[in-house]
Amino acid sequence: MPKVTYVLPDGTETTLEARDGDSVMETAVKNGIKGIVAECGGACSCATCHVFVDDAFADVVGGPSDLEDDMLDGAACDRRDTSRLSCQIKMCADFDGLRVEIAPKQV
Amino acid sequence: MTSGILIVGAGQAGMQIADSLRENGYQGEVTLVGDELIPPYQRPPLSKAYLYGDADEESLQFRNEKFYADNNINLVLGDSVVAVEMGTDGGTATTASGKKIGFSKMALTPGSVPRKLEIPGSDLDGVLYMRSIADARALKSRWNGANSVVVIGGGFIGLEVAAVARKAGKKVTVLEGGDRMMARAVCPTTSEYFKDAHERRGAEIVLNARIDHFEGHDSKVSGVALQDGTVILADIVMVGIGVVARTEVANLLGLELANGAIVVNEYAETSNPLVVAAGDAVLLPNPTGAEGQVRLESVQNAVDQAKTAARTLAGEREQYHALPWFWSDQADIKLQIAGLSTGYDQTVVRGNAAEDSFSVLYYKNGRLLAADCINHPVDFMAARRCLTAGQTIAPQAAADSSVALKTLITD
Repeated sequence: MPKVTYVLPDGTETTLEARDGDSVMETAVKNGIKGIVAECGGACSCATCHVFVDDAFADVVGGPSDLEDDMLDGAACDRRDTSRLSCQIKMCADFDGLRVEIAPKQV
Repeated sequence: MTSGILIVGAGQAGMQIADSLRENGYQGEVTLVGDELIPPYQRPPLSKAYLYGDADEESLQFRNEKFYADNNINLVLGDSVVAVEMGTDGGTATTASGKKIGFSKMALTPGSVPRKLEIPGSDLDGVLYMRSIADARALKSRWNGANSVVVIGGGFIGLEVAAVARKAGKKVTVLEGGDRMMARAVCPTTSEYFKDAHERRGAEIVLNARIDHFEGHDSKVSGVALQDGTVILADIVMVGIGVVARTEVANLLGLELANGAIVVNEYAETSNPLVVAAGDAVLLPNPTGAEGQVRLESVQNAVDQAKTAARTLAGEREQYHALPWFWSDQADIKLQIAGLSTGYDQTVVRGNAAEDSFSVLYYKNGRLLAADCINHPVDFMAARRCLTAGQTIAPQAAADSSVALKTLITD
């Protein structure tokens, strides 16, 4: 199972094994990681699962879709170049070792 | 008498109360009772990603087993509360399986069940509803073999299922009894766009449909007969004509009900001081501050009202004033609604419905009440932010869709 590391706003890190096909958001929420709110449960409808993808993974993970891009414009935290909504990143073997920083403000 | 909190109903609201109690540092026992067999799960994807095959049952679960164990949340699944002895400082609930659960306070989050269509033939196999994982499994198990799908009810759930059916190449007919779609939630402009959009995607929409009975053979549904004699062939029928609040336990406790729902105040308290309630089954003071009481059947309300209920259980006093918002995904169309449009006297349309991307802003006395955003998340996020902050957007300015909505927000 691919691993994903979450860097929380206070700097602490947690690494989890993700189920193949579960999103970065789902993996966090199911394990009770705080900071990813995910009000809509993964429908790309609320922009409360905002993360900054580590630069080393930015290319392999890729950028947001047009819809996600628009949602990110309205996110509570200013977006950065590698901003994504974590509900839209599905874990797979290629993403093993992924690091994401959870945006400090979601709502 | 044991101290602890008993949460009856393991849906979105019940799960959220358990989660919030622990997050807020509550140390007592937390027991979550649900009559379904699997741990709490998300319902919205059932009519979308799950039906289409993009999400499996495990992916729908809110939390993993470890979370419940680590947080000492006692899950009682496949069981239901059938009797309650209530004292002045707590009580004991008895479940169908004979379990006795003591509590000092109780939270009711029973949710709702689909309103049944009781007409001749409604017990035929293939007449289905969509609410629980069991409903979704029943629909999915007949899905691949079905060429013709009739959806009864042009509301959110019906149109979501219709959209998935069209995407899967099925013949789809939507029968709506009223004169427009989603009439309870949106204005005629939005209704008309969705009718047209579903028709362009190949669904047949019948408004003012008068259904007489289901036809069938070998105990299986084969069609829907209208009062004018028309019969629409159907391999499966999905009925989505609204929901009925579950009030079994509220009735056992003799709680105040109105319009078939559990009455709560702005602290999510019921008429019994030891019992809070949240989610689809409650009638609550309008959280936008407008007059009157509302029922809000949405994820947002289940989550946010549950958070208020959890604070009340911990002895805090914080009124529920979260902005209602909602979404519905229908094929490639994303509808996002911010606010409550009830009582509007003016609408402003931004953008062009013909381009499948526009917004309808609702006003009362010149102040923004709500917005329907169709494939327009930027407007949705701006409207949501504006309304949450108690601000507004001048209607004249909003009509110019070349100007970003968020730049027009004023006090």
